[in-house]
Amino acid sequence: MLSPLNLLKNIPGGVAQGLIWGIMALGVYITFRLLDVADLTVDGSFATGGAVTVMLITSGTPAPLAVLAAVAAGMLAGLCTGLLHTRFGIPAILSGILTQLALYSINLRIMGMASNRAVSVDRYPLLLSSRYVTPAIISGAAVVLVLVSAMYWYFGTEQGSALRATGSNPNMSRAQGINIDAMKVLGLALSNGVVALAGGLMAQYQGFADINMGRGAIVIGLAAIIIGESVSDSRLLSRWLNFFGKLCFVVLGGVAYYLVVVVVLWLRLNSNDLKLFTAIIVAAFLAIPYLRGRARQGRRRVKGERDA
Amino acid sequence: MLELKKVTKVFNPGTVNERVALKDLSLSLGDGEFVTVIGGNGAGKSTMLNAIAGTWPVDGGSIVIDGEDITSLPEHRRASFIGRVFQDPMMGTAPNMQLEENLALAYRRGQRRGLGWGVTKAEREIYREKLRELGLGLEDRMTAKMGLLSGGQRQAVTLLMASLRRPKLLLLDEHTAALDPATAATVLEISQRIVEENDLTTLMITHNMSDAIKYGNRLIMMDQGSIILDISGEDKKKLTKRDLLMQFAAVAGRQEETDSVLLS
Ligand SMILES: Nc1ncnc2c1ncn2[C@@H]1O[C@H](COP(=O)(O)OP(=O)(O)OP(=O)(O)O)[C@@H](O)[C@H]1O
Ligand SMILES: [Mg+2]
Repeated sequence: MLSPLNLLKNIPGGVAQGLIWGIMALGVYITFRLLDVADLTVDGSFATGGAVTVMLITSGTPAPLAVLAAVAAGMLAGLCTGLLHTRFGIPAILSGILTQLALYSINLRIMGMASNRAVSVDRYPLLLSSRYVTPAIISGAAVVLVLVSAMYWYFGTEQGSALRATGSNPNMSRAQGINIDAMKVLGLALSNGVVALAGGLMAQYQGFADINMGRGAIVIGLAAIIIGESVSDSRLLSRWLNFFGKLCFVVLGGVAYYLVVVVVLWLRLNSNDLKLFTAIIVAAFLAIPYLRGRARQGRRRVKGERDA
Repeated sequence: MLELKKVTKVFNPGTVNERVALKDLSLSLGDGEFVTVIGGNGAGKSTMLNAIAGTWPVDGGSIVIDGEDITSLPEHRRASFIGRVFQDPMMGTAPNMQLEENLALAYRRGQRRGLGWGVTKAEREIYREKLRELGLGLEDRMTAKMGLLSGGQRQAVTLLMASLRRPKLLLLDEHTAALDPATAATVLEISQRIVEENDLTTLMITHNMSDAIKYGNRLIMMDQGSIILDISGEDKKKLTKRDLLMQFAAVAGRQEETDSVLLS
């Protein structure tokens, strides 16, 4: 029997986890949208964030400091991908895959060769936990607010503008004296720092870090971005939203994605099919603008022939 | 001002596609000279400008600007003294960014880019004034995305960006070739005005003989990676389209000769 009550009960938890995936999506947004690079490091750096956070907390570090250390570790991973790409000329996608692969071993080492590590909210003061869902949603929302504000500020600065220019037109950027290699490395580091932050929050929320917790993270991030943008770029809203608003919608995209997951789980669909399901949704959303463009072109061609 | 000494550039060396694009090319430009560059397709005109701008390292020779050897300086470091406008209107601006953001990026060319605001109120006024001078009505569209502007408008903005921080050298590579004749004429007039007002040393590539004669105070013709004609001063003023076409024909004739040798 499917009980609607059960679904309602699971929604707050879905929102909390959705917020965390939304934070991760903000990291992915920096590379995918602003820098125009598809960075696959994130599957690894998300787990790195979780591993570093849990290991530090269980060894007595206060949770906020542990999360800061996780951010630093994520940035290091991004730096690594950035250097592989810019210094050694390895294509960006491949650089990300290499770092991700390396991180699997590194994450295992961080966790003392265990594939998962628990951190109990009963023994350690955590920033958020699935045991207390409402406070978790509030903490998550607070992190989102701070992060979105920081990104709004940073990408409006001279340095942030140079980073956006690098993604928008590398040729022009070089001609305007921007060191685009440095900008790419910086962007990849920042992005993976944010992703690791999300990983650190997720590990605390679920009460453990797992070597596989980041698998498919890049696709979830893309899903959040695409779902969020399908709303924020709609004709109705796009005129009223600035960069701040757009970033908020990316996070909401993460929440929307995770609520769909909650429904799927409630329907007792096999949760092993979740990744397949996610991949299909993301592929569909990525294909829609392309197909729509082709349809429009086709119509124009037909119209042109009629007019001639 | 600018000194090219025996600059050589070979593409795809050691392969069947090997191509000597610049052959011991030497050129010396004085302060404030406005040089038009002509020559057939593949003569090496763009390659010469790219060598100066630092798109890739050259294979021989040296490039000196104002006594400073820049031969091994990367492109983004040379940008502080070089302004560029490309043939493709898409190349010179960032389409996803606002018009004023593009100008602000150019305004900081050669400057350290820190954590201050990307565009300040005070500079907005400067941009508005400069855009008004273009006479294209762009001063009212400063927050529009650059990608929404037409090719001609973009080239005019790119020109403005190239000169916002006075460069030592302005490089124009067929920057009106993608525009309709009327817009091309407008953009050329704007170029001329910007060069004169800022007294810029300029290299301008064009395929239009009349423009090559009309603009600038020196003209060079390139062929097979070398300069084969260099006219300035009174001679340039007296130059006619006929003279240039005859020079072209002479080069083309030699080309046919070599072709027939190769074919026989
Ligand atoms: N990036 C490159 N890789 C390989 N070969 C190149 C490259 N750029 C230019 N070349 C070759 O170098 C030669 C000179 O090219 P260049 O673009 O300088 O000619 P151009 O005088 O600008 O001609 P056009 O009038 O057609 O623009 C050509 O034979 C061209 O094929
Ligand atoms: Mg050319």
